[in-house]
Amino acid sequence: MKAAIIVFPGSNRERDAGTAIHTVTGHEPAYVWHAETALPAGTDLVVLPGGFSYGDYLRCGAIAARAGVMDAVRAHAARGGLVLAICNGFQIACEAGLLPGVLMRNVNRRFICKRQFLTVERADTAFTRRYRQGEAIEVCIAHGEGNYVADAETLKRLEGENLVAFRYCDARGQVTDAANPNGSANGIAGIYSPGLNVLGMMPHPENFVDDLVGGTDGRGLFESLAKAA
Amino acid sequence: MKARVTVTLKSGVLDPQGKAIEGALASLGIDGFASVRQGKVFDIDLDINDNAAAEAALKAACEKLLANTVVENYRVELVG
Repeated sequence: MKAAIIVFPGSNRERDAGTAIHTVTGHEPAYVWHAETALPAGTDLVVLPGGFSYGDYLRCGAIAARAGVMDAVRAHAARGGLVLAICNGFQIACEAGLLPGVLMRNVNRRFICKRQFLTVERADTAFTRRYRQGEAIEVCIAHGEGNYVADAETLKRLEGENLVAFRYCDARGQVTDAANPNGSANGIAGIYSPGLNVLGMMPHPENFVDDLVGGTDGRGLFESLAKAA
Repeated sequence: MKARVTVTLKSGVLDPQGKAIEGALASLGIDGFASVRQGKVFDIDLDINDNAAAEAALKAACEKLLANTVVENYRVELVG
């Protein structure tokens, strides 16, 4: 699997993503600076990593979404190439029009950094084949703007076309208001593009691939990708 | 030519920052604010002399970058 991790000024989770890919798949990803205009030849997977690109100026992800390399990322996605957009990467993907909706300030106005359970809504995608449908996995979240907002029509389409990837839930897998950390519509923690090749998610699967740092429930996502690409 | 662009949240979009400001005003004892919604103002110096061209450029700027039209409205004013 050839992975390319896009690095913007202010990205800070690119090494976490790279370490997860290398640890789980054995492949060393390329790090691609935002000013590049092309992806490395043969790229299977693009990762938009977490962080605070451009200091969250204007809106989270807004400036990064207009970076030169994003035309190449959009073309990759349009060809059906895999894109994994995590946290700030999810914000960038929404701002870039790769995914619908927007991530707004958490409803409690606080930056939230904690362990969090998610339901795997479907286990038949390139990102989730190593999970079971409905399984509750525990990863972590670290964000101030993770409150997923979209208009009623978009939400209806996401639900109707089964494009919700993960929802916030409790340890028993129950999706409840109490388990929703940031006010996201329908408890949405991640969504797919209609082609199921772009996944945007606020939680950090890349941080839970080693027992040394608290958990391994994120491994399944990278194992799935290794099989897919 | 100068312009002012005002970007505000659409009605119905939750504004936690506005809520925090409401709370701060109440704690200062400044009463009478039923609700507060916050937004952004951009003061822009243009190198364009034609009004129509300036408005077209500002609209493009708003649509492509200054506002996220999923949740925000924008207003453009040319100020001489």
